[in-house]
This record gives sequence, C-alpha cells and structure tokens, in this order.
Amino acid sequence: MNEILLQIDGKEVRAREGMTVLEAAQSAGISIPTLCYHEKLVPFGGCRLCIVEAEGHGWIRLVVSCVYTVEENLAVRTRSEKVDRIRKTLLELLLAHAPNSPQLQDLAQEYGADKDRFEKEASFCIHCGLCVRYCAEVKKLNAVGFVDRGIKKEISFIPEIASKECHNCMECFPLCPTSWLQAAFVFTEALAFSGPSSGTPSNE
Amino acid sequence: MNNDRIDQIIDKHQGEASSLIQVLLEIQSENHWLPKDALRRVGEKLQVPLSRIQHIATFYKAFSLVPKGRHEVHVCMGTACHVRGAERVLDKVQDLTGIKPGETDLDLKFSLETVNCLGCCALGPVMEIDGKTHGKLSRAETEDVLKSYD
Repeated sequence: MNEILLQIDGKEVRAREGMTVLEAAQSAGISIPTLCYHEKLVPFGGCRLCIVEAEGHGWIRLVVSCVYTVEENLAVRTRSEKVDRIRKTLLELLLAHAPNSPQLQDLAQEYGADKDRFEKEASFCIHCGLCVRYCAEVKKLNAVGFVDRGIKKEISFIPEIASKECHNCMECFPLCPTSWLQAAFVFTEALAFSGPSSGTPSNE
Repeated sequence: MNNDRIDQIIDKHQGEASSLIQVLLEIQSENHWLPKDALRRVGEKLQVPLSRIQHIATFYKAFSLVPKGRHEVHVCMGTACHVRGAERVLDKVQDLTGIKPGETDLDLKFSLETVNCLGCCALGPVMEIDGKTHGKLSRAETEDVLKSYD
C-alpha cells in the first residue's frame, strides 16, 4: 500500500492509499463531527456534517470527508468560518425534525445552532441510514429498510423478519441519533406482531 | 398473477439481481400493481432482500403497491390544459367514475390520476387512457370516451 502524505489542520498526516479524509483525520487524533458515519459500514455521505475545506491542485473546495479519499499534498481544514456556518445550518435543519436528540443538541451547542430557527417538522428520523445499513451490512438480516423518497422517506421494519430476529439483536437501537428507531420498532411490533414471549409472526 | 408467470419474467432476465427494476416493471404492466407475494417471490429468486425491493417499489411512481384498475386514466392539469378547461374534464371523469385522483373504483375498472403535462399542449384539454391520448375534450366527449372502455 502506498503511503500518502497530506495536511490536516496544518498537521502532517500519513495515510494509506484509499483511506478517506475522515479516517485519516481520526487516525491522527483530529476530530470531525459525524452523524451517519460508522466504522463498520460503507461510507454513506448522508448527513454532510463531516464537510471540510480541501485545498489541492490549485483549487479550494468543500468536500464531504467521509466519502472523499485522501490525495497527495491535499491540505484539509476541518474548521473554518465557512465550514462552521454550513454545519450550523445543517444542524438547524436536522433539529427541525428531531429537536430533542441529545447528539444533535451537543453539536448544536458547539456550533451555535438555534433549534428554533426552522419550523418544527416532527419526523424524528434524520435519514442517517445507520439502522438500515447496519442491519444489511453487518447483521445481513435486512429487517429494516427505507420506504418512499424525498420528504416522505422513512424507515420501515419488515414484520416477518423483525418478529423473528429483532428481539435477539437490537444492536441498531443505540446507533439511532434520535431514538426514532426504537419508536418505529415498537410501533411495528404493536401493529404487526405480538410481544417477545410468543416470537411467532401473527398472520400479518 | 401466479408464481409461474413471475418465474417466467424472472427467467427472461436470466435471474440477475441487476434486472430487478425491469422485472418489477413487467409485473406492474401486466398486473397493474405489485402484490406482496409477487415481491416476495422476486426477492427469493433474485436474492434481493425484501427491504430493498420495498425501497425501490416505493421510490418510483411507476410502481403501485395497491391494486389499480384495468384502465389508467390520466387527466392533464398542465397550464395549457388548465386554461382550456381541464377542470371540467376532471369533474366529468370524477362524476362518472365516482373516484378522486389517486383512487381506484370498486370494480377495478378505472384508476384516476392527474398529471402535470403530457407534452401535447396543442390538444388540450387532454386525457390519456392506457397510454392512448384523447384531446380537445368537451364534457360530452369525455363521457363518450370513458364509456367506450369496459
């Protein structure tokens, strides 16, 4: 593997070829905020919170660090006025959907985001896809998936699979930044199959 | 739609998971909607998880997860049709079929949708049934056209 030398926040960082900027930063102990990133999962690039300023080949532009691979001599700035402003707006938009998420509130405090800037649209799910991807990629169970698209997009459990598998797993529950996943599960359970004792799917 | 016919469609596409959308489109066009058993069958044969099929089937407007009528009626509400009286056509269709846009009648005869432009504004107001375009419609003509379908 070729080694690549780049700069992150003025610090020389060595990275393996094919690594993302986010991974390189983490390996050098530089923290970049993320919501949809998980070390065991294929990068998703959904929340855009890990956006950074990258300079190289004579240009400066904003790139999403969890999906941008490292390049020789790239100069990355993880905090700048522009980056902070974008993260603040992203957080404000997410907070309109999930105003009580502790993870979002912590980030909001750091970036000075106002949770009341946008009108509340209580969908609770912020579409980070952690549950859907964890279930598919790590557990290979596919008990939960996305349905619909755009502003109507939401997560949906497949009752036949969820009734058999979820009670023994629930590994995705702590991943959810907003606790909506747990609510969606309980909701599906109540509608489509009975409690943990029976373990058999009803005639959904 | 029985499993044999679904298997035939899948075999036509060599059972490739990458043909998922084509397979779903063919089932949709023959059956007018995608029943859950059909999706399950497709998932088993193509080795695609049901959650993924559900994602795709709900993503594209071409797919329906609820039964549709034998005839799909699209009334154009685009600007040109609108000024030429699309509202009158829609009212007439709603009166005759008893359904609103997005609905299907109990006999599964008609499904009604409004669309925003069918691309033939000179023919406005336009109504499309099963892909056939009916243009310059008056109320009476709308009635005649609808009655010609069974």
